[in-house]
Amino acid sequence: MEFTEDQLQRYSRHIILPEVGGKGQKKLLNAKVFIVGAGGLGCPVGYYLAAAGVGTIGIVDNDTVEISNLQRQIAHNTNRIGKLKIESAKETFEALNPDVNVIGIKERLTHLNIKDLMKDYDIVVDGTDNFPTRYLINDACVMMKKPLVSGAILKFEGQLTTVVPGEGHCYRCLFEEMPPAGLVPSCQEAGVIGAITGVIGSMQAIEVIKLILGKGDVLKNTLLIYDALKTTFRRVKVPKNPECAVCGASPTITELKDYDAGYCRL
Amino acid sequence: MDEVKVDKKINIKGLVCPYTFVKAKLAIEDMEVGEVLEILLDYEEASRSIPKSMEDHGQKTLKIEKINDTDWILLIKKEKE
Repeated sequence: MEFTEDQLQRYSRHIILPEVGGKGQKKLLNAKVFIVGAGGLGCPVGYYLAAAGVGTIGIVDNDTVEISNLQRQIAHNTNRIGKLKIESAKETFEALNPDVNVIGIKERLTHLNIKDLMKDYDIVVDGTDNFPTRYLINDACVMMKKPLVSGAILKFEGQLTTVVPGEGHCYRCLFEEMPPAGLVPSCQEAGVIGAITGVIGSMQAIEVIKLILGKGDVLKNTLLIYDALKTTFRRVKVPKNPECAVCGASPTITELKDYDAGYCRL
Repeated sequence: MDEVKVDKKINIKGLVCPYTFVKAKLAIEDMEVGEVLEILLDYEEASRSIPKSMEDHGQKTLKIEKINDTDWILLIKKEKE
């Protein structure tokens, strides 16, 4: 594949980076990334991946745009209130970069559909707002050996980690079981500072880009915690748990199931 | 100047930064280690910036020559994949 003149100009600041070059840019154009959620994190992740020329972006969500989303979900806008988030995101990302094919999937992920929806993608990005889906994605990624870039935000705090199956920890090594329903407040209950989704989402996009390029060090065996009030980043070591229920030597979770135990869906 | 065997030539006259380096870099990416690229250009700044950037990327500048009032020739040897 040769670059068009437009592509040379569009990606020139990538191509001149030693870590990217023409070869790296072609890897980006050929990459397929699956984003779960077209909300606070999915918007910046998808936006930057589209800008970077990631050729295929699948994005799954079944909500519509609400005015209360717009304080942080930057791929949507006021004119799109009531529209499906996947349609709004597709419109925004493809308008930014026509090289990118955005596949919107109007679904909720379940143990029945997740493997089929993810199977054609190279990398998975978790931008969900609830624990049942987060654990479902982790378990599916471990079973399907797909790298997972997981992000979470609440109030003035954000977290980020990257799971590379077979090479490091998984989300269950970090948090073995999900917290009981009601223990952890949601964005709706606790609030969230809008711009933090941009910080964490942008870092998720960079983790994805590094995985595609095969350059740098991703957050394997590491949880990165950002405290926006103190403006501090903290790296916490997360060793792989040899007895992890899903990625350990003798896993007890070998089939997917839904973990929807009394969680309110946002 | 010793005779150097040139393996590939590009003409980037009319281009300015950063496209001068973009074109040069893409050309050298497609070459083998040990091969030499000849670049013909007419943007003065690039006669300095391309050699510098190439060196930063691990390649070697063999020659920078102003050949007439407007044009330069650079010879870059690929030393790193």
